[in-house]
Amino acid sequence: MKDFLNSWGISLMVFLPLVGALAMLVVPKAKEQFHKVVALAASLVVGFIGILLMTNFDYDASGRLQFVVDMAWIPIINSRYIVGIDGISLPMIALTLLIVPLCIIYSWNRFPEPKNPKAFLILILILETGMLGSFVAQDLILFFVFFEVVLLPMYFMIGVWGGEKRQYASLKFFLYTLFGSALMIVAFLALYFLSDKVSVDGQMMHSFDVRLLPELATGISTGAALWIFGGMFIGFGIKVPMFPFHTWLPDAHTQAPTVGSVILAAVLLKLGTYGFIRIAIPILPGAAEKWAPFIGLLAVIGIIYGALCCLAQTDMKRLIAFSSVSHMGFVMLGIATLTTFGFQAAIFGMVAHGLITGMLFFVAGSAKDRYHTLDISRLGGMLKSMPRMGWILGFSVMASLGLPGLAGFWGEFPAILAAYEPGLGLNVAFFRVLMVIAAIGTVLSAAYLLWMYQRVGFGVPSKEFEEDPHLHDVTFSEWLAWTPILILIVVLGFVPNIIFKVTDGAVSRTISIVNGLGG
Amino acid sequence: MLAQLLTFAWTAPSLDYHALAPEIIVAATIVVLILVDVFTGERSRWASSSIAGIGLLLALIPIATLAYDGVDRAMFGGGFVVDNYALVLKALFLVAGYVVILLSTNYIAEGDYHEGEYYTLLLSSVLGMVVMASARDLISIFIALELVSIPAYMLAAWRKRDQNSNEAGLKYYLMGVFASAILLYGMSLIFGITGSTLLVDIGAELGSYVSSQPIITLGIAFVLIGFAFKVSAVPFHQWAPDTYEGAPTPVTSFLAVASKAAGFVAILNVLFIGFYGRHDVWEPLMWALAALSMTVGNLIALRQTNVVRMLAYSGIAQAGYILAPLAVAGATLGTGSEALRSIVVYLLIYAGMNLGAFAVVLAVARKTRSGEIKSFGGLFSYAPALTVCMTIFLFSLAGIPPAAGWFAKLSIFSSLASAGTASGYVLAVIVGLNSVIAFGYYGRLIRVMWMDEAPDGDRTPIKVPASLSFALIITVAVTLVWGVFPGALTHFTDHITLFSLLR
Repeated sequence: MKDFLNSWGISLMVFLPLVGALAMLVVPKAKEQFHKVVALAASLVVGFIGILLMTNFDYDASGRLQFVVDMAWIPIINSRYIVGIDGISLPMIALTLLIVPLCIIYSWNRFPEPKNPKAFLILILILETGMLGSFVAQDLILFFVFFEVVLLPMYFMIGVWGGEKRQYASLKFFLYTLFGSALMIVAFLALYFLSDKVSVDGQMMHSFDVRLLPELATGISTGAALWIFGGMFIGFGIKVPMFPFHTWLPDAHTQAPTVGSVILAAVLLKLGTYGFIRIAIPILPGAAEKWAPFIGLLAVIGIIYGALCCLAQTDMKRLIAFSSVSHMGFVMLGIATLTTFGFQAAIFGMVAHGLITGMLFFVAGSAKDRYHTLDISRLGGMLKSMPRMGWILGFSVMASLGLPGLAGFWGEFPAILAAYEPGLGLNVAFFRVLMVIAAIGTVLSAAYLLWMYQRVGFGVPSKEFEEDPHLHDVTFSEWLAWTPILILIVVLGFVPNIIFKVTDGAVSRTISIVNGLGG
Repeated sequence: MLAQLLTFAWTAPSLDYHALAPEIIVAATIVVLILVDVFTGERSRWASSSIAGIGLLLALIPIATLAYDGVDRAMFGGGFVVDNYALVLKALFLVAGYVVILLSTNYIAEGDYHEGEYYTLLLSSVLGMVVMASARDLISIFIALELVSIPAYMLAAWRKRDQNSNEAGLKYYLMGVFASAILLYGMSLIFGITGSTLLVDIGAELGSYVSSQPIITLGIAFVLIGFAFKVSAVPFHQWAPDTYEGAPTPVTSFLAVASKAAGFVAILNVLFIGFYGRHDVWEPLMWALAALSMTVGNLIALRQTNVVRMLAYSGIAQAGYILAPLAVAGATLGTGSEALRSIVVYLLIYAGMNLGAFAVVLAVARKTRSGEIKSFGGLFSYAPALTVCMTIFLFSLAGIPPAAGWFAKLSIFSSLASAGTASGYVLAVIVGLNSVIAFGYYGRLIRVMWMDEAPDGDRTPIKVPASLSFALIITVAVTLVWGVFPGALTHFTDHITLFSLLR
């Protein structure tokens, strides 16, 4: 078993969704039941393989890449098929494996217009392959390919199944990300050519191997490293999204179908932050140190700016989208401190934000199905008309604003605390100022979330929805999709160590690289 | 007396028939085509396309044996060389020609055109390309180029009752001969200085100067500008959109892929063998041509409403990408061979994805009788398979994995970055920005197909004829397999090199 997982586990997990998609491709679209069952089965089997991998994962050595497969892929440029899991990627993979089947269950009987479950589910499965692949890839080119593969299904999901301005939103999403990845690939290649060579089958070649590059890249001059880091910064920063690059996000979120929003918020945004932690910072720690104050500054601007934008929103989904900008700001602040504590907070924040914001988008989507609008001023009295849904919304809002005892808390507060004592060589006073501003951001986030909840949840239903027969409470498929997330939010809130323990080893290793070489 | 004179002045060159076999087979097929057309009646006209297709496939056999043999062969004093580089490109031209025949079969048969003549001319043009891959002498390059072009002029005007087609042919012809004149003038200057038409000798002679002389600069510039017309690089591109739009679509695909590739092969031959030592002259020229072509091509493509015109401008932009590595190719032999490989990789992938895109355009036009982008509306609702194919090709053209285009673009980036110079990185960033602009129009077509309604509500499925389906299968397979396993492609391009790079 262990041997099998070692050599095939990850590849099977990554490519099985594609096998499911291929099977669905050849069956006519009229057989909707078949497509739903196959898609769900595929995602569940993938989840099962994931669980097998996680149970066989050696948690005492979470800093080490496990289940590594290393095979030749494009020999001419020495780009290899290298996949592996360590403590940083494991939580991300778990998050993906959880969210995808839940999304399929959620959409079981409610495919957005123009229906066509076959195409919709095929896209979700391709998306799953792309996301999982990005989190396991340990070769820059392989990572890039998976990173881009994620784009396509999301583009179609927003563009075909989205809201009224879907075409604009999907194109904006695509062009932004494409711009980032174009610069990113140039940065990767510059890194490749400027770093030292390694011996491959007796031949000295450059390498894209993420495991080796921190050492190989030490010889790169500071100036070049700063440029290369800048290219990656734009590529990953757009995906996060960081402050000046965030404008695609509200449009994409507002226009995307519910499931699209959930996946986008829960997993896709994390590709950006994950890229920083996995690739940009460990490989170029010197440049990271120079960039860190700037990143921290943008992160804090994002926190405040996102929160202020939230206060100005009239649409519930758009509000949640801007809250993502704000919350991802905390994650980036944690990363910018370049400390073990900050990184841990960031990874926890990524998972927590994935669960909580995903949950908020689920509720928003369900509310939209019933009210046919998300205009906050027209909603109201959800607790009266749909008490259970109202409570779930309230719960998610509390989690999102960082109430201690729920998952959101452990993402935000450690990140703020980490800024008190930033990593080696960073300006302490500057980061403390950032810390104070970020702390003000948490107050703002409480303000906009509670304000939104008051107007949506409290009060009495407005006239137009008083007798509306569409307003029925949480359905079975919604319970099925939401319960695991709700439980996890509580469990992670009480026992944050579940994640901190997993990430600890890997993060310490990364930070020791940063300090050892970049100090 | 006469016999004596002949034996004195002319010794028969030793012919390596194995090395010449591909050309001989294509030439023989042309003869067979003419004979069949002359001696059989209207009834058996359908045979022409089959004969032409089989002829091209047969010509692939000696290419395989030559590749297996693996020995570089030179003839005619080094003017005609068969090496890995030539073989890869010959295979490209033959397969691309074969796919064009598949695309043409129904179009030409149904349009009541002259089938025998059509395939004869098409094969003549392919013959020119196959020769071009081996040509290492100014004269043989020029002959090959004319053999490629002259049949193409006639093919462009093939719909002779259509004004647009006539305009296409005439414009192509006039610009073509104009370019040839410039090219010849440049060649004569080069010959005047070096005293040889053999590229190797030219290379040695030009490389021996410490810095360029005005007349050398002029000669090199004229030769390259002549070829720039052929590959429709900006600012020498004006003929391309009108010609592409007016010509019959299968011919357009031939011009956009095979004929353009032949132009690039000519550039590679003269640049890497003849002019390599004078990179101080051609590097800036190539930099400007590349940056202009991709930027102007992409910006104008954004505004097109006709699919074929859009693909024409996209082709101009793609020509810019292909030229880009040449802007840094002279720095060292390492970057030179990197650039050469990346261009050949790009040409191979470009052929696959662009022919595929034209195949879909042809298939859709069979129903809609239109090339407007609007006519693709709602394609996903009534022709999902064609939509998925087209989407793959467009993503590939835009350079998004897992379709093969990403690897082509990566090779370009990689060779630009390998030079490690500021101008290389700047050009790489320009390529990157252009990829984003380009998605504006590729993405729009995708959007129209997937997200818009059918313009007239007509949702009858499209019947795709067998030959078109086969062409689609080939191109989709190539685009996806090379995208997922680029190793399958680089396996062929790993070891290519041009003469002077070895020295």
